[in-house]
Amino acid sequence: MMQDTRIRADVLVCGGTACTASGSQEVMKRLREEIAKKGLSEEINVVKTGCHGFCENGPLVIVYPEGTFYVRVKPEDVPEIVEEHLYKGRVVERLLYHEPTTGKSIPTYKEIDFYKKQKRVVLSKCGAINPEKIEEYIALGGYEALGKVLTTMTPEQVIEEIKKSGLRGRGGAGFPTGMKWQFAHGAKGDKKYIICNADEGDPGAFMDRSVLEGDPHAVLEGMAIGAYAIGADEAYMYVRAEYPLAIKRLEIAIDQAEKMGLLGQNIFGSGFNLKIHIKKGAGAFVCGEETALMASIEGRRGMPRPRPPFPANSGLWGKPTNINNVETWANVPQIILKGADWFRSMGTEKSTGTKVFALTGKINHTGLAEVPMGITMREIIFDIGGGIPNGKKFKAVQIGGPSGGCLPESMLDTPVDYDSLTKVGAMMGSGGLVVMDETTCMVDVAKFFLNFTQSESCGKCTPCREGTKRMLEILNRITSGQGTETDLEVLEDLAKTIKVSALCGLGQTAPNPVLSTLKYFRDEYEAHIKEKRCPAGACEKLAQYFITEDCKGCGLCARNCPVHAITGEPKKRHVIDQTMCIKCGTCMQNCPFKAITKK
Amino acid sequence: MEMVNLTINGVKVQAPKNATILEAAKSAGIHIPTLCYHPDLKPEGACRLCVVEATGARGLVASCCYPVAEGMVVQTNTAQVRKARRLVVELLLASHPKGCLSCRKSGDCELQRIAADLDVRNHRFDWGERKTYTLDDSNPCLVRDQEKCILCGRCIRMCRDIQGMNVYSFARRGFHAMVAAAFEQDLSNVACSFCGQCSAVCPTAAIMEKDDTERVWDAIHDPDKIVVCQVAPSVRVALGEEVGLAPGSIVTGKMVAGLKAMGFDKVFDTNFSADLTIMEEGHEFIDRLQHGGVLPMVTSCSPGWVNMCELKYPDLLPHLSTAKSPQGMFGAVIKTYWAEKANVNPAKIVSVSVMPCIAKKAECVRPQLRDSGFQDVDIVITTRELGKMLREDGIDFTRLPDAEFDSPLGFGSGAGAIFGTTGGVMEAALRTVADVVTGQDIQQVDYKAVRGFEETKEAVLNIAGKEVKIAVCNTLGSAMKMMDRVRAGTADYHFIEVMACPGGCIGGGGQPIPTSKAIKKKRMKAIYSIDSNSKIRKSHENPEIKILYDTWMGKPLGEKAHRLLHTHYSPQNR
Repeated sequence: MMQDTRIRADVLVCGGTACTASGSQEVMKRLREEIAKKGLSEEINVVKTGCHGFCENGPLVIVYPEGTFYVRVKPEDVPEIVEEHLYKGRVVERLLYHEPTTGKSIPTYKEIDFYKKQKRVVLSKCGAINPEKIEEYIALGGYEALGKVLTTMTPEQVIEEIKKSGLRGRGGAGFPTGMKWQFAHGAKGDKKYIICNADEGDPGAFMDRSVLEGDPHAVLEGMAIGAYAIGADEAYMYVRAEYPLAIKRLEIAIDQAEKMGLLGQNIFGSGFNLKIHIKKGAGAFVCGEETALMASIEGRRGMPRPRPPFPANSGLWGKPTNINNVETWANVPQIILKGADWFRSMGTEKSTGTKVFALTGKINHTGLAEVPMGITMREIIFDIGGGIPNGKKFKAVQIGGPSGGCLPESMLDTPVDYDSLTKVGAMMGSGGLVVMDETTCMVDVAKFFLNFTQSESCGKCTPCREGTKRMLEILNRITSGQGTETDLEVLEDLAKTIKVSALCGLGQTAPNPVLSTLKYFRDEYEAHIKEKRCPAGACEKLAQYFITEDCKGCGLCARNCPVHAITGEPKKRHVIDQTMCIKCGTCMQNCPFKAITKK
Repeated sequence: MEMVNLTINGVKVQAPKNATILEAAKSAGIHIPTLCYHPDLKPEGACRLCVVEATGARGLVASCCYPVAEGMVVQTNTAQVRKARRLVVELLLASHPKGCLSCRKSGDCELQRIAADLDVRNHRFDWGERKTYTLDDSNPCLVRDQEKCILCGRCIRMCRDIQGMNVYSFARRGFHAMVAAAFEQDLSNVACSFCGQCSAVCPTAAIMEKDDTERVWDAIHDPDKIVVCQVAPSVRVALGEEVGLAPGSIVTGKMVAGLKAMGFDKVFDTNFSADLTIMEEGHEFIDRLQHGGVLPMVTSCSPGWVNMCELKYPDLLPHLSTAKSPQGMFGAVIKTYWAEKANVNPAKIVSVSVMPCIAKKAECVRPQLRDSGFQDVDIVITTRELGKMLREDGIDFTRLPDAEFDSPLGFGSGAGAIFGTTGGVMEAALRTVADVVTGQDIQQVDYKAVRGFEETKEAVLNIAGKEVKIAVCNTLGSAMKMMDRVRAGTADYHFIEVMACPGGCIGGGGQPIPTSKAIKKKRMKAIYSIDSNSKIRKSHENPEIKILYDTWMGKPLGEKAHRLLHTHYSPQNR
């Protein structure tokens, strides 16, 4: 940005997947057209950036140097922005972000609550640079860390620095990264590999995608530093094929870095070589498990194998291999550049640095937030996430994806760090955070996640393949009113046994959503079983439809009922025969007076 | 070997550093139940039946693949372990058909045995979904009943890691995961050699040999038929296992008596036609050697190997010996030479062969093998099927008096006997080739370089002043590596023996279950003892062979021999 002295303003348009989906490309096109029409092309630069994280409010447009933050910009808003803001210098008030509670407009993004409590390290360049231009990454200090490592540090020193920083794996389990590197460094072998796990698969998680789309070079630079530290000269970026934009930007990034001698042969003239390949995953969740991922790279079906041997000793094609996840790699250059002490200054003693979370579900600010470790869940959900929409009550937050757990209101002050979360029955996971309100049934949630893990199970080990199937069947029975108290015992027994006996992380953690909901929301299970009632009113098969006093007797419901369960005289309140009702909800949709309720 | 000390169930155990917990426990006499584990295959830790508690590990670990470590404390029988183990069995039973009574594997089924051992009689998932599949009995050799598959993956590992054929793999996900051939096709539509090794390692009835016993009974009970049988060299050293005898028991005489008691009209010996094969194949080799024929020549008596060559190396078919397999030669001779001698109508003969082999069931229906004017061999049953028939017939096998094979076609030399093991065909051929080429009666008949279990063996021999380079392969995996070299022109051998199955026919796909390298070694030892105890140890010295050529067949490679004893091959497009 601002390389050209004639440029007086940069207009950043978010080119992340969410904003692209809501039309940011069209906005950008209109911006260029309108700016050209006004003859401002020479002095105003339009930049396509990566994700800003405030996805709920996209497409996002930011005007620099002042940092004016426009939200939900439509192509038809563009002439006004150009005319008023870029030409006349007047901010377009109606397109600014408005504080939901006060209605107050907020001109720059740094003043928005969503960003105020964030600590953007990994995401620092996301949304600030054009990810398709290596020059912009370099201008903000990119590849300086790699240069430092290759010219002034030994591999041992690099590993020592990472160890000192306390960085732990951001993919889920939180294994100390420096120690992992140490193992791979110490493993005997003339050929070693580096892998970046970008097979982000948790429902609702998009942290890694945003980093790859917004700042691909940070990940590549981290991998190069890791490769130097362990002695690898070849690396694989395993990224799911459903991330076409991330793949495209990675391809561009690798190509540009190789052309500049920052990847490839004889990097920085140091004699160090690194070839990074992109391997597209076909979308199997289990391929996020490291041994399955390596099998997939090798061209075999993605199925985990028991460890040991660990990848550090026998990984890709039997060679020592170090695997880290996208976010872990993206942290590395900054740790090298700013030092382990700087990194340790963020977060808690045992969980240093920051963590990126994808906020989804019943939350006002759906999007991406990076926070220092140790912050409470309450701060993330209410201060950053803006709380629960439509005045509904918070019920639970699912953290850690299908492997994680559901935490209730009473656990909201739990600090977000690896060990505290595990202690309360959840896990850090890769950073998916799904918020649920009072209309969510916790049995149904457990069923949703179990359905996911069961259908994504590779089928290799008995507990996961067969056991999660039986758990799912029990949950189906409970949510359809056929559950028994024995079912609950069997369910819990299955869950606990699968957890200790399954082969890989997928199977071992698959019961977590059930175990955590049983722990915190057992009453909901019991209501389904004993009273045949879903307290949240979410389980269709347990729902009962009633016609209230508001009924005007128009007969629309009776005419639309597919099983003729509704009767009544014209202009008089109608009645639903509960024994006939199939709970399809058609009556409720058709009632013009909102006189039908579901309990 | 570096040893480590560990404690299992409070017992101090020493084990090699690279041993697994399972191996260490076994050496200490502690039994851990297993299902997906097989001693001949790489462990996978998939079924989770063998889980134990071990210090330093998170959760329970699969003892079949978890390595021991110094100071490790292992518990194989805690409440948690027992619970997990029982749950695995319960879950497998919940997805498994309940028809044990009518199942062909009943009594030999590992799942059934483990459920009994662990006393898992019921499961808590009566309401659970069960998968349904259609039966694959599309080919003459193997029947796949997917509903009985417990996804242990042994067939996959056998077919991929040892046989190199990669017919099976896992397909689909979650509960619907299955073992499937490419595109979930039937076996008849994919490149399967029908070696049947998958059926030899399958713990349940998910993969079994096609049952042809009923056809044999029908023939025996048909008064119009003359039912004759031939018995392959390796059956006599394995059949005992089917009736409870120790592996390696030689039961030749009782086997013949048993077959006669069952009602076979004549019982002949495939060892005889193994000698016949050597006569033809040995002379063919000399002919190729002396007249610039295609070399290396490769043996063709293993039908799994012939299928593999036709499927994967069609360009190398000219290397295969044109001599028929012993089974094939026998079939042609019975319905011609013997029918003539015994003065019976060949149309009335039902020719049954008892083989260690699954692929022989496909061999006998090859259109090329009808040189007698009929299908030369009518029915093939495996050692396992013969065992079943003996039991069904109520024959008290161990108390049978020994009986002799019928003559002619009932005598085999020691050279014929060793056809049943890897290296045997080569050794038998060398015995004859050396004598024929030198014109002498060479006393040294033991070619030890070709014996043993190694997948590939090779030797350079001096025969009549000429250097002859030979190689011996067993398993299709090793054959594949060898054929890649032949194709690339880097295998400068004159003669190669290939046996599809590990260890040769003693490890055939139709041999008794359970099977393992240790068991096969005992069978192999028995084969060599039959040879060393034989008075006649060279094929060309077999008196019945001499009579056959002198009175009827003419010369080896002669016109009649060419018509009846040689065959041709054609590429298979599956």
